[in-house]
Amino acid sequence: MNARLITRIAKSLLLARWKQTLVAAIGVTFSITMFIALLSFMNGLNGLLDGLVLNRTAHVRLFNDIKPNQRQPVNESKEFRGSYNFIRSVKSSGGRQEIYNSGAIMQALKKDNRVLGCAPKITTQVFFNDGAVNISGVINGIDVQAESDLFHFRDYVVEGDALAIKTAPNSIILGKGLASKLLANIGDVVQVATPKQDRFSLKVVGFFQSGIGEFDKVQSYASLGTAQKILGKSSEYVTDIQVKLRDLNMAPPAAREYHQLFGVDVEDIQTANAQFETGSFIRTLISYAVGVTLLIVAGFGIYNILNMMIYEKMDSIAILKATGFAGIDVNRIFLLIALSIGFFGGILGLLFGFLLSSIIDRIPFTTAALPTIKTYPIDYNLAFYFIGSIFSLLTTYLAGWAPSRKASRVDPVIIIRGK
Amino acid sequence: MNEPTVLQAHHIHKSFHDPVTIPVLKDISFSIKKGEFVSITGKSGCGKSTLLYILSTMDTDYEGDLFIQGENMRDRNEKQLAQVRNEKIGFVFQFHYLLNEFTVLENVMLPGLKLGHLPEAEVKRHAEDRLTTLGIDSLAEKKPKQLSGGEKQRVAIARALINNPSIIMCDEPTGNLDKKNGQIVFDTFKKLADENKQTLLVVTHDPEFAQNTHRIIEMEDGRIIKQ
Repeated sequence: MNARLITRIAKSLLLARWKQTLVAAIGVTFSITMFIALLSFMNGLNGLLDGLVLNRTAHVRLFNDIKPNQRQPVNESKEFRGSYNFIRSVKSSGGRQEIYNSGAIMQALKKDNRVLGCAPKITTQVFFNDGAVNISGVINGIDVQAESDLFHFRDYVVEGDALAIKTAPNSIILGKGLASKLLANIGDVVQVATPKQDRFSLKVVGFFQSGIGEFDKVQSYASLGTAQKILGKSSEYVTDIQVKLRDLNMAPPAAREYHQLFGVDVEDIQTANAQFETGSFIRTLISYAVGVTLLIVAGFGIYNILNMMIYEKMDSIAILKATGFAGIDVNRIFLLIALSIGFFGGILGLLFGFLLSSIIDRIPFTTAALPTIKTYPIDYNLAFYFIGSIFSLLTTYLAGWAPSRKASRVDPVIIIRGK
Repeated sequence: MNEPTVLQAHHIHKSFHDPVTIPVLKDISFSIKKGEFVSITGKSGCGKSTLLYILSTMDTDYEGDLFIQGENMRDRNEKQLAQVRNEKIGFVFQFHYLLNEFTVLENVMLPGLKLGHLPEAEVKRHAEDRLTTLGIDSLAEKKPKQLSGGEKQRVAIARALINNPSIIMCDEPTGNLDKKNGQIVFDTFKKLADENKQTLLVVTHDPEFAQNTHRIIEMEDGRIIKQ
């Protein structure tokens, strides 16, 4: 009964000054709209930029680095075991980049619960012969299916079919930059020379564009089998195993564990791409800061309007208190006014925010660097809408708090005697 | 007179403390029985309004004791006092204090709805009865702005009556009205007192008004000099 009465009085007071109320609500609507649109857009961009690298990068990479052997003969010898040995001019040993027992390692990885999947890879330096010129490049032998599933490889093949390197023998997908250097079209044959001076002819079946120009000028992709054939290796030969984990943050401990377990060199994504996390974090922080600032400004608007309303309604407050409304009732009336401004303004804001972000989502945005993107990226994350609605209620509550308290403390005697 | 006592003031003192202590009420004691029509008179500044606001429970800064229907009002918190005002006291002030956002009928109903003892339909019926009694039932759906001064004051009286209060307190109820409207308001009070046994306490400086009440309490310099 009391709650209904308070609602009724709050509603009458609100509607009696509907123009002011509307202005206050528009303030909230505007700020929530911008908050939603800004965060959706910023996060869309973040996702896009991070995706440029993070989507295509293994969470953990297993490989054999070229480096000096940890176990030098002098340290192994019984005679010098007790002494501290300084060795100068140590040379890197071996140069065997093959991962031993790669088949068994992959089996073990697939059984690990943390692992989403893994893809083997062979990386080798080559020269592409174009008439008299040799252009240095890299051939990546990949398992197309695994690479597409885990690292979105197919999305970046802009011409031709990614799967063709698997089906057509001796075929290659060239980076867009590399292809234009070689003046190669789909169907052409390019000449490749390996570090060991073996020559091969490979048929171009597609072009690849990653969005990073430097990368596209040197990279090319072939199937695992083709790469093994170029290098004259067996079908067991693999130089890298790329692991994608279910949780990106598990990469550093998992990497350490694999290093122990398989005796290979490892690199986790955090170490390889530390700057991306930082960039995303800062961008998100800025968008939240702007959004919250907008809301605070709207809050001051509500504060002013409520204060004015209380001065105007002093008489009404006095008589309400004289006829039996307690301070807490008056307080609730004005808090309810503030919260309903926040509530209705906020709901409209969420709606307009959604509309604005879907409009942004339809604005064409094509750039050579980002082949998969046709419009501006938007992240329709429900969390933003949730945070927006919480913030709108919170700021209006805080804006209404002080004026409501003031109203509840109005002394009816002073008002009534003052007349 | 074996009527029960409605209101009793027991040695009430009050002082203002800003900036020096000035006593405004000194040792006020009196009681009002059910059905009495009492007026408090005195010169401007004698403390009669101050006394009324203490008796109304709105001013709690005093010494002494105040009993309404035998219950001591001391040591009650703000919410409980609001409850007492709602249930037991009706107010009529010099200014009408009607809420412009509501119709006349809603204004009369508000304290009844706040009390919450009756369903809304019942409160509405009571409010209409009060308006009829006061001869202003035709104004029920109008907004206070559209009413004349005398009509507004009668609506305020109807509002004071809605919860069947033990006592109605008035502060210069005819102060803002012309002779004719003042007479109508007075007649209304008189009728309530005579026919409905309604207890009334009126602060006024109008001697003619006071003469026609059952009992006059005369004040001077914060004391009761005659009753």
